[in-house]
Amino acid sequence: MSKGKTDDVTGTETTGHSWDGIEELNTPLPRWWLWTLYLCIIWGIIYTIAYPAWPMVSGATKGVLGWSTRANVAAEITAHESKNADLATALLATDMDVLPASADLNRYAVARGGAVFRANCSQCHGSGAAGAKGYPNLLDDEWLWGGAMADIEYTVRHGIRNEQDADARYSQMPAFGELLEKDEITAVVEHVVSLSNAEFDATLAEAGATVFADNCSACHGETGLGDRAQGAPNLADAIWLYGGDRNALTETVKNARFGVMPAWGPRLTEADVRAVSAYVHSLGGGE
Amino acid sequence: MNYVKLIILGLIAVFAAMGMNWGHDLAYQFHAFVIMAVAAGMFVWVLRGIDEPVPAAETGYADGVIRAGVIATAFWGVTGFLVGTFIAFQLAFPELNFDWGQPFTNFGRLRPLHTSAVIFAFGGNALICTSFYVVQRTSSVRLFGGNLSWFVFWGYQLFIVLAATGYLLGSTQSKEYAEPEWYVDIWLTIVWVAYLVVFLGTIFKRRERHIYVANWFYLSFIITVAMLHIVNNLSIPVSFWGSKSVQVFSGVQDAMTQWWYGHNAVGFFLTAGFLGMMYYFVPKQANRPVYSYKLSIIHFWSLIFLYIWAGPHHLHYTALPDWAATLGMVFSIVLWMPSWGGMINGLMTLQGAWDKLRTDPILRMFVISLGFYGMSTFEGPMMSIRAVNSLSHYTDWTIGHVHSGALGWNGMITFGALYFLTPKLWGRDKMYSMSAINWHFWLATIGIVLYASSMWVTGIMEGLMWREVDDQGFLVNSFADTVAAKFPMYVVRGLGGVLYLSGGLIMVWNMWMTIRGAKPVTTALPSNATPAE
Repeated sequence: MSKGKTDDVTGTETTGHSWDGIEELNTPLPRWWLWTLYLCIIWGIIYTIAYPAWPMVSGATKGVLGWSTRANVAAEITAHESKNADLATALLATDMDVLPASADLNRYAVARGGAVFRANCSQCHGSGAAGAKGYPNLLDDEWLWGGAMADIEYTVRHGIRNEQDADARYSQMPAFGELLEKDEITAVVEHVVSLSNAEFDATLAEAGATVFADNCSACHGETGLGDRAQGAPNLADAIWLYGGDRNALTETVKNARFGVMPAWGPRLTEADVRAVSAYVHSLGGGE
Repeated sequence: MNYVKLIILGLIAVFAAMGMNWGHDLAYQFHAFVIMAVAAGMFVWVLRGIDEPVPAAETGYADGVIRAGVIATAFWGVTGFLVGTFIAFQLAFPELNFDWGQPFTNFGRLRPLHTSAVIFAFGGNALICTSFYVVQRTSSVRLFGGNLSWFVFWGYQLFIVLAATGYLLGSTQSKEYAEPEWYVDIWLTIVWVAYLVVFLGTIFKRRERHIYVANWFYLSFIITVAMLHIVNNLSIPVSFWGSKSVQVFSGVQDAMTQWWYGHNAVGFFLTAGFLGMMYYFVPKQANRPVYSYKLSIIHFWSLIFLYIWAGPHHLHYTALPDWAATLGMVFSIVLWMPSWGGMINGLMTLQGAWDKLRTDPILRMFVISLGFYGMSTFEGPMMSIRAVNSLSHYTDWTIGHVHSGALGWNGMITFGALYFLTPKLWGRDKMYSMSAINWHFWLATIGIVLYASSMWVTGIMEGLMWREVDDQGFLVNSFADTVAAKFPMYVVRGLGGVLYLSGGLIMVWNMWMTIRGAKPVTTALPSNATPAE
């Protein structure tokens, strides 16, 4: 290495190289930098002795602390479960109908059910359970299949119109587009509008009343109040699963709807099914 | 020679036409069309020039390809920033996914378009053109390989077009930062090998005794990226006539290979390569000698040795065994000082030139980029610590971290390099408007601050929300709750992007005004260089 010249500003020698006018100072390594690097290396060696680190022929060193992510998670879950062990046992043993009467147990079940709901149900019903188009609002007291604790539990366990569970709640509205004439559909839609809305065409609605009585009343009832045994919605209130305006109703009458809910019995633990039922029941509409 | 070219181009065009006809999917057919069009166009071009007199070989530095690279860098830069800003607003306002544009305008397809545009198109072009500039100047010779450097340039642009259109048309390997499918990967490999030949050839024929430090970094970047690219893209095409391929690795091995690649894309593409830029442009702009030759050696080798092992920190708390995660974390933390060596060497080079920061906005860009480099290379090791990672992983904190590095370090140093190169390559004294550079500096800086701070807030918030449990140990929040809570910060992040994009547009205008009417200049080789021994 050729001898460099001394840099005026710093008083440091250069290395004597020059590339396109760029020179280099021969400054030694900053001490703090070097010592921090050494400390990091020393720390690294100690850490790899303490924790699982070095791969061997079969397996790897376990580390003197015996630390393991899987063991840590298992320990946390066990700690959590043992804290609530009595309540978890009681949840399985208690009749669901009397659950709300037991304050401690109910609090546990609702908190647990809330966590289950947020992880499994909120994707469709919303994180606040307010539902969305096609997914019922669980906060109100309108229930398609019943809002008693046992009804809710059955719905959660078996689901609705799914193919996995033979006991799933089932009903099917016909697609009236193939059964009724166009003007009959317009009329029956007007009749359904008249059940819950003040503004409607009276003549048309009256014509629709006959169509309704002949085709719809078997499930939705003569006055349109619905039938929970068949999951037939109440058409006389302002709550609509797929929309209550004339366009949405026409779509529903012509093509029908087929909302599906999975059966949660096989996916969740027994205690979770009970807990999430208690949670939904507690939201405000439970009967 | 021309006849050989014609035969090859003709064969490619015919072959691509077959691909267009028999392709199984839209992306493949479209790409076959692009390749056919390019090959046919070049066929005609070669044919027309076949009996033309061959122009005399140029002497001096080969700067034409660098001029093209400078323009391409600026173009892809603002394109990438624009897509990034748009998808930032898509996250805040999902309506912007546009029902009428599905599936092409979906966030899922635009996101890789953004990442590839900024990393590979903007960053890649910046690296290629500055490395060609730097290696010539610091070796005192013309680029090796004649027109091979033009092949590298255009071949790389073709890669970018194939990758970008592929994403929009739904062709992806689903590997982050390695999304392009097998035939695009093969093409990039060919281009990359040509790049290595040009760069290494120039080093071999240098007329300086020593290889300048910037070239060590560039060379390590080129070689390592070749290795990473090939290993991570090992896959078997489902059909020769389709874009889909199947990875040779599976499960956690595939994940580990991917993050070995992914982290070293950061380490060698965005760090080592850009340190190469830093080692040339900072001392040039400050007109000062590099602070410490020893530090450059030690931090170069320690950086190269350590970076390659740090990938497993992307897979904490996954199926990856604990021992591999530990090693990834330890190497990441030991990497802290080697990374900072580059920052120290850059900043301390300003000894005796600090006053220039008041008057020189270009130097200010270099300095702030080193500041962001130092910050993100501290934040990175910190986030690799398992306990920190259990909070930060999968949150927006990671996004903020990446962007403080990408916008701050890679972006700012590239802007500085473009401002340095543009007047030199087109024979102007300086950029058209110095105050526009100042505006660019402040818009970009404020944009980064908005971006990084909003992502720290949302990242830490959502990390805490995910793990929040009630007194009985049950999770309190649903995922959608955490998404809803992030909305205001998503808007702030989008605004940061708007500022950064505006700065980029000002730069493009400034470059345009500088270049307009100017004639490209040819720089002769210096005569007094020391020949290599």
